[in-house]
Amino acid sequence: MVLQILFLIIAAAAIALFSLNVRKIIRNINLGRPLDRSDRPSERLAIMLKVAFGQSKMAKRPVAFILHLFVYIGFVIINLEVLEIIIDGLFGTHRIFADPLGGLYNVLIASFEVLAALVLIGVIVFFARRNIVHLKRFSGTEMGKWPRSDANIILIVEVLLMGAFLTMNAADYKLQQLGTLHYINAGSFPVSSFLVPLLPDSESTLIAIERSCWWFHIIGIFAFLNYLPYSKHFHIILAFPNTYFSNLEPKGEFTNMASVSNEVKAMLDPTYTPEPVPEGGRFGAKDIGDLSWKNLLDAYTCTECGRCTSVCPANITGKLLSPRKIMMDTRDRLEEVGKNIDKHGKDHQDGKSLLDNYISREEIWACTTCNACTDACPVNIDPLSIIVELRRFAVMEESQAPASINAMFGNVENNGAPWKYAAVDRVNWAEEK
Amino acid sequence: MAAKGESPEILFWVGCAGSFDERAQKITRDICKILQHVGIKYAVLGTEESCTGDPAKRAGNEFLFQMQAMSNIQVLDGYNIKKIVTGCPHCFNTLRNEYPGLGGNYEVIHHSQLIQQLIDEGKLKAEGGESFKGKKITFHDPCYLGRANNVYEAPRKALEILDADLVEMKRCKSNGLCCGAGGAQMFKEPEKGKKDINIERIDEALALNPNIVASSCPFCMTMLSDGVKNYNKEQEVKVLDIAEITARANGL
Repeated sequence: MVLQILFLIIAAAAIALFSLNVRKIIRNINLGRPLDRSDRPSERLAIMLKVAFGQSKMAKRPVAFILHLFVYIGFVIINLEVLEIIIDGLFGTHRIFADPLGGLYNVLIASFEVLAALVLIGVIVFFARRNIVHLKRFSGTEMGKWPRSDANIILIVEVLLMGAFLTMNAADYKLQQLGTLHYINAGSFPVSSFLVPLLPDSESTLIAIERSCWWFHIIGIFAFLNYLPYSKHFHIILAFPNTYFSNLEPKGEFTNMASVSNEVKAMLDPTYTPEPVPEGGRFGAKDIGDLSWKNLLDAYTCTECGRCTSVCPANITGKLLSPRKIMMDTRDRLEEVGKNIDKHGKDHQDGKSLLDNYISREEIWACTTCNACTDACPVNIDPLSIIVELRRFAVMEESQAPASINAMFGNVENNGAPWKYAAVDRVNWAEEK
Repeated sequence: MAAKGESPEILFWVGCAGSFDERAQKITRDICKILQHVGIKYAVLGTEESCTGDPAKRAGNEFLFQMQAMSNIQVLDGYNIKKIVTGCPHCFNTLRNEYPGLGGNYEVIHHSQLIQQLIDEGKLKAEGGESFKGKKITFHDPCYLGRANNVYEAPRKALEILDADLVEMKRCKSNGLCCGAGGAQMFKEPEKGKKDINIERIDEALALNPNIVASSCPFCMTMLSDGVKNYNKEQEVKVLDIAEITARANGL
């Protein structure tokens, strides 16, 4: 009974803390500007099912795809087992699903075991790719101490959780063979049965091992749940809403700013009365509050895999720009602003901004807007729209563009062409040379 | 034509590069030759054409972009234009995707799509001109045709009828590597780095030992040609637009 109450307290605390942190993240995302992504729900659902649930964009890199698939399916399926663990924990039962499910239960437990083994393989190879093979994709200026530790913490926790799960099953299996009271004959253990010879023969020690693995496993899961909001691993949840709210327009189409349309129309036609627009007070973005909520959701969804940066032409040729850094900087700045709100209230200004304090001018001007990054992202994150918003701020609010870009603007304005040619010469091409 | 109360079947939007850049002017003339060859009644805006505003928009100057767009829309609507073919993927993307929101609604295609349609309709073949048989050709996907608008097959169609030896670079179609000119990079010096993007791209193309590197964008043309020149390979490797190849294959 004491254990049941203890379990209830731990579970309730874990869920309460998690909801608190999630509410903070939702509040932070809502600091962004409004953007309507409520249209075409069936198309959105289809994209979510294909890209997030179906992992379609992962397949471009087959090795990572297969290993990630092990971990992903393992995560989704083994959660069924967690449901049983929670019920057992609350009611003091043991393997509550065994009886009602009958033969199916054996199949389920067996499949969990196989998946747990596959997860272990996947996670260990992932660890090696990061720490032994040193895959280039996982390096870069933005991959500092914390991002690298974050990745390793996730992988180590997964090894421990799967290890505890399999050890628990092995001890359970051995207790079942010994006919120990309470340990009903249930489940089939294709993987953990190999661990049985490694376990001691004493019944009380086995019970201790089984129980401590059970507690370690479930407390580990609750702790991991609460680690998510601080980690890149949050993508396991946000990948779904993020793909649902994907940009459905052609990638080449940049937004037409309604606030600018009003002014341009008023210039061309003095009788024009502008419609009110909900955009913020600035043209473009200097800080996270000038970006859309989707840009901010993108930042929280990013799991720092680096597929964007590895295909970025600027990054490949040694420029400072890295689309992954754009996303990580946006998240870091957003977290900073969120902490300021917690500490000092809503209107606190810390004198810092996303542009210049996090992302430099050199980075934003190196982009070719080629959309390789947006195409590569397995969860449809769009670093390009952030870069363009920062450029818009630099150009329209500050008139700070590279000199040759300003010259190009001048030419378009005066001659209707980006080069210094006179409009009257436009048809000279027709004279056969 | 407008003075006679006629309107063209299609408006050929030449674009700034096609109007002023010497290399691209040749492509412009070849697109016209193809239009004449198949007997399409077309028109150009001539001195009334103005920049679509694409480079201004990519560089963040939304004001300048919308000024250009709205005055271009006035001109296009003034001539009652319904259908446009462009010689440049950047004009194509802007006219097709960004003008409708500002009141400019036209059916917009890129010249590679026009060539594909003409081939499909049997109006355009590859006969009566230069033979490309056995020549090794690789196609470089312009970002604003490919990833930006999912047009991958149209330009390849124009190459498939040549009986040439078509090879793909590893980074092709949706994985295609940018030539380095997009996003207004054409008009500025690149940021500090270890290599120029066009050299990275031409290295990949040259590794296939092609006779021809094909593209269908005047900016890619400049970047790739500069890349070939960088290795002094202008004699062995030609950088050609899809329109030029089509015109040559038909002896136009």
